[in-house]
Amino acid sequence: MSAIEPTQAAPADQDALAWEYAPAPESRDIVTIAPQYGLFIDGEFRPAAEGATFATLNPASEEKLAEVAKAGPADVDAAVTAARHAYDRVWGPMPGAERAKYLYRIARVLQERAREFAVLESLDNGKPIRETRDVDIPLAAAHFFYYAGWADKLEYAGFGLDPRPLGVAGQVIPWNFPLLMAAWKLAPALAAGNTCVLKPAETTPLTALLLAEVCQQVGLPPGVVNVLTGAGETGAAVVTHPDIDKIAFTGSTEVGKQIAAAAAGTSKKVTLELGGKAANVVFDDAPVEQAVEGIVNGIFFNQGHVCCAGSRLLVQESVADIVVERLQRRLTTLRLGDPLDKNTDIGAINSREQLDKITELSAAGDAEGARRWSPPCPLPGRGYWFPPTVFTGVSQSHRIAREEIFGPVLSVLTFRTPEEAVAKANNTPYGLSAGIWTDKGSRILWMAQRLRAGVVWANTYNRFDPASPFGGYQESGYGREGGRHGLAAYLDA
Amino acid sequence: MGIESLDRLAPGRAEFDVAEVATSDAGLRQVLHGLPGVDQVGVQERVAGLATRSVKKDSKLRALDLAIRMVDLTTLEGADTPGKVTAMCAKARHPDLADPPAPPVAAVCVYPDLVPVARAGVAGSDVAVASVATAFPSGRASLAVKLADVRDAVSAGADEVDMVIDRGAFLAGRYGQVYAEIRAVREACGPAHLKVILETGELATLDNVSRASWLAMMAGADFIKTSTGKVTPAATPAVALVMLAAVRDFELTAGRRVGVKVAGGIRTAKDAIRYLVLVNETAGPAWLTPRLFRIGASTLLNDLLMQRTKQRTGRYSGPDYFTVD
Amino acid sequence: MPDRANGDRPQTRLGVRKTYKLFIGGAFPRSESGRSYPVHSPGGDLLAFAAKASRKDLRDAVVAARGAFAGWSGATAYNRGQVLYRVAELMEGRAAQFAAEVKAAEGLRRGPADAVVAAAIDRWVWYAGWSDKVAQVAGAANPVAGPYFNFSVPEPTGVVAVLAPAESSLLGLVSVLAPAIVTGNTAVVVASEHRPLPSVTLAEVLATSDVPPGVVNVLTGIRAELAPVAAAHMDVNALDVTGAPLGERGALQVAAACNLKRVYADHERWDEPPGTRRLLSPLEIKTVWHPAGI
Repeated sequence: MSAIEPTQAAPADQDALAWEYAPAPESRDIVTIAPQYGLFIDGEFRPAAEGATFATLNPASEEKLAEVAKAGPADVDAAVTAARHAYDRVWGPMPGAERAKYLYRIARVLQERAREFAVLESLDNGKPIRETRDVDIPLAAAHFFYYAGWADKLEYAGFGLDPRPLGVAGQVIPWNFPLLMAAWKLAPALAAGNTCVLKPAETTPLTALLLAEVCQQVGLPPGVVNVLTGAGETGAAVVTHPDIDKIAFTGSTEVGKQIAAAAAGTSKKVTLELGGKAANVVFDDAPVEQAVEGIVNGIFFNQGHVCCAGSRLLVQESVADIVVERLQRRLTTLRLGDPLDKNTDIGAINSREQLDKITELSAAGDAEGARRWSPPCPLPGRGYWFPPTVFTGVSQSHRIAREEIFGPVLSVLTFRTPEEAVAKANNTPYGLSAGIWTDKGSRILWMAQRLRAGVVWANTYNRFDPASPFGGYQESGYGREGGRHGLAAYLDA
Repeated sequence: MGIESLDRLAPGRAEFDVAEVATSDAGLRQVLHGLPGVDQVGVQERVAGLATRSVKKDSKLRALDLAIRMVDLTTLEGADTPGKVTAMCAKARHPDLADPPAPPVAAVCVYPDLVPVARAGVAGSDVAVASVATAFPSGRASLAVKLADVRDAVSAGADEVDMVIDRGAFLAGRYGQVYAEIRAVREACGPAHLKVILETGELATLDNVSRASWLAMMAGADFIKTSTGKVTPAATPAVALVMLAAVRDFELTAGRRVGVKVAGGIRTAKDAIRYLVLVNETAGPAWLTPRLFRIGASTLLNDLLMQRTKQRTGRYSGPDYFTVD
Repeated sequence: MPDRANGDRPQTRLGVRKTYKLFIGGAFPRSESGRSYPVHSPGGDLLAFAAKASRKDLRDAVVAARGAFAGWSGATAYNRGQVLYRVAELMEGRAAQFAAEVKAAEGLRRGPADAVVAAAIDRWVWYAGWSDKVAQVAGAANPVAGPYFNFSVPEPTGVVAVLAPAESSLLGLVSVLAPAIVTGNTAVVVASEHRPLPSVTLAEVLATSDVPPGVVNVLTGIRAELAPVAAAHMDVNALDVTGAPLGERGALQVAAACNLKRVYADHERWDEPPGTRRLLSPLEIKTVWHPAGI
């Protein structure tokens, strides 16, 4: 059996020098960023009533991108009033078929201006252009396309013969997928006949404002979509405004609970899409190579700034060493750096605040005795950066196994039996998503039935589609976004 | 579990007699079917992700020269003649006389009866002569005929032999037969390097590609090769990804580095560079050498040369500036 | 407690009265607090003493409900449908007893009391039939743009705390309980405070039917004591505030936000032919993706 014995060590090879891909930056010239941005109220951009502004930064360089209006209570009132007026006079009475055509128009313009949106999103958010170009922007357009088709078919959606919109929706979205989250909120709301007051995240306002410009360009009637930039107080003012009929929030569980409490005793309908601490469960018969890809995609996609991130790797103990070894080898191929470089896999952390949180929780991992590993990975000198990080030797009781880190940090735990995998996976107050990797079909279905999570990815991870409902169990929130179920959040159903 | 059982094959860690496993269908089945499954959709997604790698400037120039040096310049037609082969050999040695000249290709690849012509055509250069054999492309002949085919090619001066596996036997589960044939061909090759063509287009699933890769490597292949070029689909990035992962894992298990050759349907420099990206990010940079990665092609070479010229001059070129041999 | 049936003829046999207890985990304990409270008819007659459940009883009921959840939600829909239908069968056999208790509890005449019991039985039948249909109505196969099979199924939310309607001793209770459990949830029910007795008799039916212990837990007592504890309980997943007056609901919803309970505060009336809103309320939609490849 000489063939499988080691032959003489392969001679050192001159060719086998690392082949570095030269920098391939996407041109930022495609976008024009104004020095100042106003609020989008009643179809027009205007400064905040009190004149307050804040800066939005490029997290990859800490360079200031623009000064953005900070909406106060008077602005919120003006936006809600405009939305109410548009609801009563224009959008509510409009035939669904006409509403549909506005949404189709928005979808088309998003496609036509896709590269511009992608570059702007990467600049403001710090995520790689590869992701904004291939995921965020196409999916945002797809959401408008999908829900456009519902606008004139609501009576066939299974919510009764005459489903009614709720009225004015106050929508507060996060910074991790700024345009995509705006699309997830606006498209079903508008299709169902509601009007919207959208509050983008403080650190990522620019693509929502560009989307507001798109609303103007497609001739959307004034007041149907209003965009209020600002921070937490602005969002609080939106959701507590008495003339808001519907609240849709994506963000932290902590704020979600505050919103649920604030809406208590009112007739406001609430849907919440909150945090997670998903288990990605890898069995000994998994397709290992694809499982490793799924682990990488699960936790390092978008720097781990993903509520459904597979932040807990639960790997069967019998293959734990092999999986971790392969994972580590794979992670050495990740490219961290300039988000606009087309070859960048890992971009910048969105904000100093988030970087501090990731740093603090990772330090807790060290302190609790987990073993930290990162690939050799020089970090740029300016901007907010955190290397892809894997903690092994993690137990359920460690903070890094329980708290949402919302960063590129993976906690590796082991299990022995399927029952133990389920018990550990479900041992969290969250319940947004989970992953299963095994070649055994019956085990997939057995696991999928028992995992208490709103989205279960089997032999894949982090897939999204406008036709696919998304949302959590337990403290990951309630209500669904996407698909027919997502429509229910905006109908009196 | 699969990898673990294969770990046992590693020298010094053997827990059962490898020879016994390898000679029985049942034993080989246990090993090959113990390999981790391959999820086709996952592979496609990985391939699509890697296809977005942007290779520009210096890195592109380096890739183009590397790709040229990896080409097995091939003619495998019934209409092949000494004149055609001789002309191809000239092109293989000096693909482009630009300044600086393009490097020679790795090898010329011909039918066994034309090996003497090719041998003469590349004399005095580093270009190797590869010959297909074993009743290429179908492999439907007795083992004796296949081995005679191989001996002919080697005695006529072939440095490398590209054999085909018996896909019928593989699909029927007669792994022992496939294994034994490769072993026999391996011996018949003598000093010549053996490339084992899996004909992945006929194996249909990526699980089979993975199994056939391991079977060939265990039997002593120096290279595993995707296709004859006579069957569609021939080389695909997905198949290449699976084979590149197999050679990487085989080295970890058996301590021996096996090469990969993709062949069939690779016509543009862009395609070639995408394969190099797959090599770089799957098997690793150690495989970025003609000793461990080859591209079987004919028309590809001119596109590589044309892109090379573009990179060096900044101007787009045209086919009239490159020889048709 | 005048025993009217025998009041005129003291020389006949003295009736044996029922002690009304709590129903927790399939057993009938008294309140661990030892407390009880008198229950009167609308006319002011003392009907019986009911157990006055404490916070700890509620805690025990939640533990029982949680314990029963895996088995009940994991049972086949066909099985759950049969179990609910069995409840209807057993109630039918004890219809006269229920009618008498409803008559006493709500001050109804015989005819309307019979109608209430019939409607309650029919509610069980209606919801029994939903067990193996709700997934087809609320689920979906989703045509995603890629090589995946993707489907959504409704799943029970978990432990549901139900505040039964105050005014209706039996039909109200059944109308809020059956839709919660048919889909696989387990329930902790706070019965009508002033009309609790038929709920205990219903519990006796449940105990002798095929409903597994812990799937339904019935607490009698003071709603204002129990409801806030249920709303704030971290191991309760959903809260139906139907039995709470509008003025109390806000505070309950605030408390329920502690672990983001799903709160059902819809105005769908329990005393009208039921729709699907209540049925679909304590459900989660789970979406499963799998690649389709060779």
